[in-house]
Amino acid sequence: MNNADPTRTKPLASPPDGPVRSRGGTLTASQVSAWFGASKVLEGVDLEMGAGRVTALIGPSGCGKSTFLRILNRMHELVPSASLAGSVLLDGQDIYGTSLRVTQVRRRIGMVFQKPNPFPAMSIADNVAAGLKLTGTRAANRTELIEESLSRAGLWNEVKGRLRDPAGGLSGGQQQRLCIARSLTVRPDVLLMDEPCSALDPTSTRRIEETIGELREQVTIVIVTHNMQQAQRVSQRCAFFLAAENEPGRVVESGPTSTIFDSPRDARTSDYVHGRFG
Amino acid sequence: MIHAEPPPQTTLQALTAPPQYRPRTRRWSDVAEFLGAALASGALVWLVFERLLPYDVHVVGFGLCWYALFLLTYSLVVRDGHGRVVAADRIMAVLVGTGALAAFAPIVAVIGYVAYRGAKVVRPTFFTENLEVTGPLSAATEGGAVHSIIGTLEQLAIATVISVPLGVLTAVYLSEVRGRLTRPTRLVTDAMTALPSIVAGLFIYSLLILQFGWGFSGFAGSLALAVLMLPTVTIAAEQVLRVVPGGLREASLALGAPHWRTVLSVVLPTARAGLSTAVILGMARVVGETAPMLLTAFGTTTTNGNPLNGIQDDLPLFVYTQIRSSQNTQVQRAWAGALVLLALVLALFVLARLLGGSRPGGRRRASRRPAHARPKDRQPTKRADRS
Ligand SMILES: Nc1ncnc2c1ncn2[C@@H]1O[C@H](COP(=O)(O)OP(=O)(O)OP(=O)(O)O)[C@@H](O)[C@H]1O
Ligand SMILES: [Mg+2]
Repeated sequence: MNNADPTRTKPLASPPDGPVRSRGGTLTASQVSAWFGASKVLEGVDLEMGAGRVTALIGPSGCGKSTFLRILNRMHELVPSASLAGSVLLDGQDIYGTSLRVTQVRRRIGMVFQKPNPFPAMSIADNVAAGLKLTGTRAANRTELIEESLSRAGLWNEVKGRLRDPAGGLSGGQQQRLCIARSLTVRPDVLLMDEPCSALDPTSTRRIEETIGELREQVTIVIVTHNMQQAQRVSQRCAFFLAAENEPGRVVESGPTSTIFDSPRDARTSDYVHGRFG
Repeated sequence: MIHAEPPPQTTLQALTAPPQYRPRTRRWSDVAEFLGAALASGALVWLVFERLLPYDVHVVGFGLCWYALFLLTYSLVVRDGHGRVVAADRIMAVLVGTGALAAFAPIVAVIGYVAYRGAKVVRPTFFTENLEVTGPLSAATEGGAVHSIIGTLEQLAIATVISVPLGVLTAVYLSEVRGRLTRPTRLVTDAMTALPSIVAGLFIYSLLILQFGWGFSGFAGSLALAVLMLPTVTIAAEQVLRVVPGGLREASLALGAPHWRTVLSVVLPTARAGLSTAVILGMARVVGETAPMLLTAFGTTTTNGNPLNGIQDDLPLFVYTQIRSSQNTQVQRAWAGALVLLALVLALFVLARLLGGSRPGGRRRASRRPAHARPKDRQPTKRADRS
């Protein structure tokens, strides 16, 4: 069904030759605003999330980070009362335009959620390959793809002996990495992560941060996190969101992570990253 | 978590480890208070009714007075010893326990009585013979209900095949699609559960049998049953689909899956166990229907294996016709039929419990492991997600 874009399906059909070639798309959000019903929760967000980079979205609770992230792969519109303004471009193509179908957009821009959500009715292997089945993609080398995705998510060694077991039997950290593997199988250009480590222990968190570091070469990553150290460890660029009382959230400051943390222009950014509020 | 510790293995451990115990909530004095109050109130009621009153009191009256007096005595005793809060707690416990007994007793009584009456007559031939050559004066153990059992199984199967796809599709519409018709559909479905079964029978009778001239048949009966089964299956299936976590739908959509794929490959498989329960609940709902069958399948004493043609019997009709007889032997046979029907319903419910025992979609093996052996249950968020 994605025949319109042959380059997308081709690598799936042929065996992986050597390391996966560098890819990733650039996401450009301009003047994005969002509403739930009549209340505006996001206003005028301009942000470029470059290929091969990890962009961290930080900010206090309720300032619209998740909303912004969900706008980036058209999950926002699943909420019946939700609406938005502005545009989001993926490599210059408007993801809300008519040239891309919503399923295509979501396939190219994957998402990992805060709570690990493997499909309980499927085995570990089926979970990893779920994206193929769900998008109607036929892949001759399914087994290799499963191994490749699990390796990229740093889970292969832990589960290679129990691929047929139900996914619910994995630990929370393993489930989260399984979800990362699942989103990698469809070869997205961008991976959105909404607080992927907030339910995990320090070891699993470190493992996922390593995974992010390894994936950076291959996909663009946008990650929401409340953990300042994590943002510093994993991201190259950083955007600070803030919503004043009874006002929609805005991007106060964005730029290289080192600048945001070491020499921010705005006093509020400085206060936030040094834990003085929020 | 005191009892989660393994029992001491070596003598050294036994010496150093603290003794293992389970905290107890009930003390002997509590039991004594309960029994004492029961005895005292019983004795007082006996004294009044048997020794002081000049007339006899029915045993039910005796029991009720005893119960009322017991509540009073017990609350006074407990209040004296432990205060008002504890007294209120104990009285509530007694009342709630009484309620549970009251709900339990009729079921046990019905099942026990049917089993007692039916078991006297059921012989292996009951499952192989019909009533074709069995006259009113034959012994109760002669003849059998094989024609009714065949009819019940066929009619139930056809009704299930018709109503389950429709019911599940309706449930998918109600919980997954949510169009403009959702509210009216839910309203009509809810109202249909209250449809008197004789009306469903009348509908099939007047439309298909009178209007279209189909004649009585097991299939006509199945259609009436399907009408009755549809709302039950729909409502049960919708409940099951609703508890599928929304996160799974989002995960599927975020992979780029179309909506229909998400429903087919993620939502329905996750709810598989619950959906089978819904189906069996629907079957159990209609298997005992008599009234619509009188107007559609009509009933007979001969074996008719073809549900599409000719009158057919089933177990409720068997019971109905036999129990109306003036002959004691036939009445006895009715109880045997009732027992078989009851066994069928019980079997369906046991099946439903077994299938529904594993949580929605959870593989048996994963969900049977004790909670402390499952590492993922260490995080409370995940458990909330899966319940
Ligand atoms: N489905 C919804 N319906 C109505 N309002 C919503 C909905 N989802 C979010 N909001 C509102 O939108 C605002 C932004 O929410 P959002 O989830 O994007 O915050 P966030 O920055 O991700 O917060 P957190 O860090 O706590 O996850 C909040 O005020 C929230 O109440
Ligand atoms: Mg959020």
